[in-house]
Amino acid sequence: MTTSVKVEEKLFQNRYLVDEGRPHIKIKDPNAVSPTLAKLVTLCPAGCWSMQPDGSLSGSLDGCFECGTCRIVARAAGDEIEWSYPRGGYGISYKFG
Amino acid sequence: MPERFEAIVVGGGPAGNAATLTLARGGVHVLQIERGEYAGAKNVQGAILYADAVEDMIPEFRDEAPLERHIVEQRMWMLDERSHVGTHYRSEDFNEERPNRYTILRAPFDKWFSATVKKAGALVICETTVLDLLRDGSGRVIGVKTDREGGEIHADVVILADGVNSLVAQRAGLRNEVKPDHVALAVKETHFLPSDVLEQRFNISGEEGVVIEAAGAVTEGMLGTGFIYTNKESLSVGIGCLVSDFVDTGVTPYGLLERFKQHPSIRQLLDGSEVKEYAAHLIPEGGYRAMPKLFGDGWLIVGDAAQMVNSLHREGSNMAMSSGRMAAETVVELRRNGQPMTAKALRLYREKLDASYVIKDLKKYRDLPSVLHRNKQFVTTYPRLLSRAAQTWIRVDGEDKKTKERAIAKSFLKGRSLRGLVGDAFKIARAMR
Repeated sequence: MTTSVKVEEKLFQNRYLVDEGRPHIKIKDPNAVSPTLAKLVTLCPAGCWSMQPDGSLSGSLDGCFECGTCRIVARAAGDEIEWSYPRGGYGISYKFG
Repeated sequence: MPERFEAIVVGGGPAGNAATLTLARGGVHVLQIERGEYAGAKNVQGAILYADAVEDMIPEFRDEAPLERHIVEQRMWMLDERSHVGTHYRSEDFNEERPNRYTILRAPFDKWFSATVKKAGALVICETTVLDLLRDGSGRVIGVKTDREGGEIHADVVILADGVNSLVAQRAGLRNEVKPDHVALAVKETHFLPSDVLEQRFNISGEEGVVIEAAGAVTEGMLGTGFIYTNKESLSVGIGCLVSDFVDTGVTPYGLLERFKQHPSIRQLLDGSEVKEYAAHLIPEGGYRAMPKLFGDGWLIVGDAAQMVNSLHREGSNMAMSSGRMAAETVVELRRNGQPMTAKALRLYREKLDASYVIKDLKKYRDLPSVLHRNKQFVTTYPRLLSRAAQTWIRVDGEDKKTKERAIAKSFLKGRSLRGLVGDAFKIARAMR
């Protein structure tokens, strides 16, 4: 059974304080991602990553949970990602957690 | 001159709050740093609270803390695509004066815990991210660097309670990277329902609550479990699997959660509910063998940051609180005796942990994570076989009982082979002893 799920609709309920213009995760070379890093497209629980028509990996971090999944997978495979937490106070703010 | 404290605690979750509370009560001049808007803003849990670990520190917590329901019934389900078979344990004994387990919502609970910490005299600052540890020439930890302006703060000892990723400890080289097969990714939603509907649906009343843990087809071949916990006016509905399994299968976490919610045994429980939050978090699953070094010159590490989770028994926040408390008690004792916070002196923390349920339980199950990881049949094949067996047994269809028994035995032999069955029994018994 396949269900198409729009993750954007799930994120809509959440509270975020977006630190505009300061992404806390960066792919070092988005145009040359390893097969493992390409898995972030399905792996990220917030659906932050998408593969562009030109084959580059693009991140839109507004819905990020700061869970660290992308970081752990990327680090196990190599050194393709720069990952830090958002500045204090920014990012996801759980109401219920 | 940077500001100076006797102790700094990094993180405002259960481990950090337990540590800070214990330090403040012990007369230690302590600063706690939390990166969220408030303590709890970044935290996610199922969530079940075990009273014991809180009661150790705050005996009167039942009158103050935002608790949801005390648990009177535990359901453990094994599912195939269309069925579930399982055990329920319900007892009136759980309707007791001082219940043992509660459902909670983590963010409000952590806010309350943090308020208790502040009342005890600790200085708590939020919206501040600790970037790194400060060290002196000998490598001893002497404080933290934060993202605030002039953000260097000094202390005699730093307690790292910064959660499963523990970036601070990793950056400082105090622990290795977490491996994808040592950590689960869990996603969950909070589904709101009127309390009377919820109580009827789960056969409970008043403050009673039910827990459902579900394994089998819902994890789509991955190592993991799903859950439904009853809160006062909401259900916590989630599912988690090893990160390495998500990588291998390409299953999306939110797709997995959606399909879990649509399972015929689950769907009606959620009918008509309104989702008000979707959350994701990592859970340490590597157990004892994945634990880092727990102390060094000027530092201690506690809770999820130290990978202290008993995944079989679904215990983590209690270990976080107990380890946070024991780390803080160590600091209080050393300070009282005028001893410096050296690695040699801080070994006392490890000794306290060793003597407690935390290390005893983690050690007991030290081989379980790798055994389950290498033997996914425990969560894939067996639930299916059991479910089919139950159906064969229950259906009355003119087939005699002896033939039915033979069919069940045959299905197990076909599913796992005799050698497989014997080997599995041996493996699981050894990993759990």
